[in-house]
Amino acid sequence: MYALFAFVAGLVFGIGLIVSQMASPAKVIGFLDVAGRWDPSLAFVMCGAIAVAAIGFALAGRRPTTLLGTPFLLPTTRIIDARLVGGALLFGIGWGLGGFCPGPAFVALGAGQVKAFVFVAAMLAGMLAFERIEAARTRLATAAPQATVPTSE
Amino acid sequence: MAIDWTAFTPWSAFAGGAIIGIAAAMFALVNGRIAGISGIVGGLLRPTRADAGWRAAFIAGLVAAPIVYGVFARLPPIVVDGGYPLLIAAGLLVGVGTRFGAGCTSGHGVCGLSRASPRSLVATLAFMAAAFVTVFVTRHVVAG
Repeated sequence: MYALFAFVAGLVFGIGLIVSQMASPAKVIGFLDVAGRWDPSLAFVMCGAIAVAAIGFALAGRRPTTLLGTPFLLPTTRIIDARLVGGALLFGIGWGLGGFCPGPAFVALGAGQVKAFVFVAAMLAGMLAFERIEAARTRLATAAPQATVPTSE
Repeated sequence: MAIDWTAFTPWSAFAGGAIIGIAAAMFALVNGRIAGISGIVGGLLRPTRADAGWRAAFIAGLVAAPIVYGVFARLPPIVVDGGYPLLIAAGLLVGVGTRFGAGCTSGHGVCGLSRASPRSLVATLAFMAAAFVTVFVTRHVVAG
């Protein structure tokens, strides 16, 4: 049941990306190109999405459990550090280069775009690289607890 | 600044955004989670895969969206201008960046801002700024 609802949420999310044309990298880059012939459409996508999602999160905040009776697992981290900002900057550069962020890439993949397939493969490789870096850092930290482990935090 | 009025689609953009908002609200109320695509995918690559089922289901929903949409209406064009080397570099940066930054356009941009999270506001401002600068450099500095 839980997975079925996750599928429906993904499907609705994807249809929103198609209707808004955010699934098309050319449209995204048209929005990011403020110095060229600027297409402000994507600002409207964000406004529409936030207006509706905010109501959902407000309703969720008033409930003890989800509609399925499971506990809420919403992030509680409030730390703003170099890791957060550095990661966001790298993501922004990648988004600006290709015009793809993760959601639209999967939608374009479903539409049969070979370029989306290549992008998704590279993105998964990047995410795996992150897991490797994290695992190596954990090993270093546990192997030498006295030594100062360089961290981004 | 010159606005491209022929490409400007405020109504479909707003409607599509509202549908994305419905999906995010639904996922929060029913599944109790943030509809953050990078986090959902990234979780599949972790050593512990206990919750792989719903993660894979969400991604399958995204991939199925154009197929389902295509049954009822004609799919709007998806235009990818970048070449393969550029897309590989972009993919790697998006993969590493979204995991270190703990979110992307959906997790920080849509969900985080909807929850008034200061952390997500900082992340969103950072990736938007980086994306604007990147497009400026590739379109107007390097390309001339």
